[in-house]
Amino acid sequence: MAKYTYPEKQDLQKFVAWRYRKAWIWQGVFLLSLLIAIVSLSALLLNVADGAFGYVAYEFKKDPSTISEKPIEELNQEELIALLQANLSKGAYNKLNDEKTMEKRGEGELYGLVLERIIQVDTKETYSLFDSLFRKAEIEAEVAEKFPEARLEFRYWLAPDFLTTPMSSKAEFAGVRTAVLGSIWLVAIAVGLALPVGVGAAIYLQEYARKSFINNLIQTNINNLAGVPSIVYGMLGLAIFVRAFETFTSGAMFGVTDTNGRTIMSAGLTMGILVLPLVIINAQEAIKAVPDSIRQAAFGVGATRWQTVWSHVLPNALPGILTGSILAMSRAVGETAPLIIIGASTFISIDPSGPFSKFTALPIQIYQWTSRAQSEFHNIAAAAIIVLLLLLLTMNATAILLRNRFQRRY
Amino acid sequence: MQPESDNTQYAIETRVLSIFYGPFEAVKEVDLKIEKQKITAIIGPSGCGKSTLLRAFNRMNDFVPISRVSGEILMHGTNLYSKDIDPVEVRRRIGMVFQKPNPFPKSIYDNIAWGARINGFRGNMDDLVEHSLRNAALWDEVKDKLKESAYALSGGQQQRLCIARTIAIQPEIILMDEPASALDPISTLRIEELMQELKKNYTIIIVTHNMQQAARVSDYTAMMMLYGETRSGTVIEYDDTKKIFTNPKDKRTEDYVTGRFG
Repeated sequence: MAKYTYPEKQDLQKFVAWRYRKAWIWQGVFLLSLLIAIVSLSALLLNVADGAFGYVAYEFKKDPSTISEKPIEELNQEELIALLQANLSKGAYNKLNDEKTMEKRGEGELYGLVLERIIQVDTKETYSLFDSLFRKAEIEAEVAEKFPEARLEFRYWLAPDFLTTPMSSKAEFAGVRTAVLGSIWLVAIAVGLALPVGVGAAIYLQEYARKSFINNLIQTNINNLAGVPSIVYGMLGLAIFVRAFETFTSGAMFGVTDTNGRTIMSAGLTMGILVLPLVIINAQEAIKAVPDSIRQAAFGVGATRWQTVWSHVLPNALPGILTGSILAMSRAVGETAPLIIIGASTFISIDPSGPFSKFTALPIQIYQWTSRAQSEFHNIAAAAIIVLLLLLLTMNATAILLRNRFQRRY
Repeated sequence: MQPESDNTQYAIETRVLSIFYGPFEAVKEVDLKIEKQKITAIIGPSGCGKSTLLRAFNRMNDFVPISRVSGEILMHGTNLYSKDIDPVEVRRRIGMVFQKPNPFPKSIYDNIAWGARINGFRGNMDDLVEHSLRNAALWDEVKDKLKESAYALSGGQQQRLCIARTIAIQPEIILMDEPASALDPISTLRIEELMQELKKNYTIIIVTHNMQQAARVSDYTAMMMLYGETRSGTVIEYDDTKKIFTNPKDKRTEDYVTGRFG
């Protein structure tokens, strides 16, 4: 037995101490990884928040006191309309009136119009949140020196108004309403395509398909498709949905005449195809997680395969399928590249009216705003990023809630 | 290989039945005649093909894609494996209780009603549920919580619910694949008592590892063992349970039932 020895006594103590040291080093490495991850995420969030709030120095091109005796904040709807009528050219007023009748606009909206069209806010300089918080005095001094006429105001670029106002060519009056609506339409169409098709394909692959070379090939390809860069799907969408199926995607088939193929429909279908592999894989996993004993029980009482799938496999896999689908949808919300290729409109101030409208989406809007030169557009881009992140967070939270709520123990 | 009995009416019989998994012959040339309204036990060491043989009776082996059957299983003179027989129909006539209790993740009521409904039951469902639960000796324990999840029941209750679910579709034969192996002794005893009740109306075939159980509950016993160079399982002796356990003809059976082997 002498051949098989272990460290004893002092050797053992040293050996154990060495093992603990080794473990301790690894633990440190893991902790460091975690810290790096936390720091990067915090940096991302802080960076976004830094842009979304802060001081703004701005001037009025026209002094409000020259057009109205009362401060314009206190004017009511009628007075505001009168003010607009008096100070705008007839053509400009009628154009606004055509877009939306003046009487239907609320006081807030009319006030915005007065600011935008008559008084004309001219942003001189915007400051980041950190500067605004910690260098307030310096900012005040700088503004007083460089722009003696300017007013300094702390501005929340991400305000309730930001969500409800449509796009504008002036950053101060721009909102993400059009983009949010576009994104919602997009996801709705993507879900409409990807959910039924994806779940159907998953059921077939899991419950019906026998092991064969062709089925293995299909399975492998689905897994690979999930990793194809999204821009490739954009090319596909451009070639097929925008061009080849233009009569359908432009709505010409249904009597819509004012668009080409670059519509919500094209984008939604492209996004649907993009997330389809993800939906299939997630649904397959959910179906796989339904224990075989339940299928056997169903077959054992004389059920057909379809009855088994419909009454037992699907209901038990449903939470998993939904969770996976929501995660796939949140991918669709954040995708930008395919939309650029398909040709989402970068400037559009009219809400999408249906699947055959021109559209913009949140990531497109962010992309467009960040590429503008004026710094105030970077601020609203930061605000829009927060909106997008909140949207994604909500969707992921819903997925987690669903999973916890319906999780079954077999 | 047939029990010494003058009863010539059999519930089901196999004729040179062999079951293959791919090229492997898992069960070789089995001839069994199962008596009506009796309990027939299939015993033998692990891996000798007991469960495979049992699952052949209601064509559950069909779900193993590489499985294949030669020979015949006859029920009322019809071969269950002939081309014009639908396995779904077979499984209505031959119910099955599995090793691990596997109620549906539904209410107790629906566990029974679902099988009946998909098989086209037309009648009073409440009566059927009550009747089945009574016959499975479970009614008194669950009558006040029929709408509750079957998963709230204990393992033994779940297994009796599975039996109730099986008898609700009124099969002729009930297959039981080690129905008590996941249960404690008291639950096991209740299942065994229940089997004695059930055999008044049903033919029962049970696979068990527990030889005392086979000796206690069954009327006939088939002894299976791996055999020959291919290591295929086959029935080496089939007789009255008493004989198998007291005076077996085959030396291997004797070794096995006395615990010297296997």
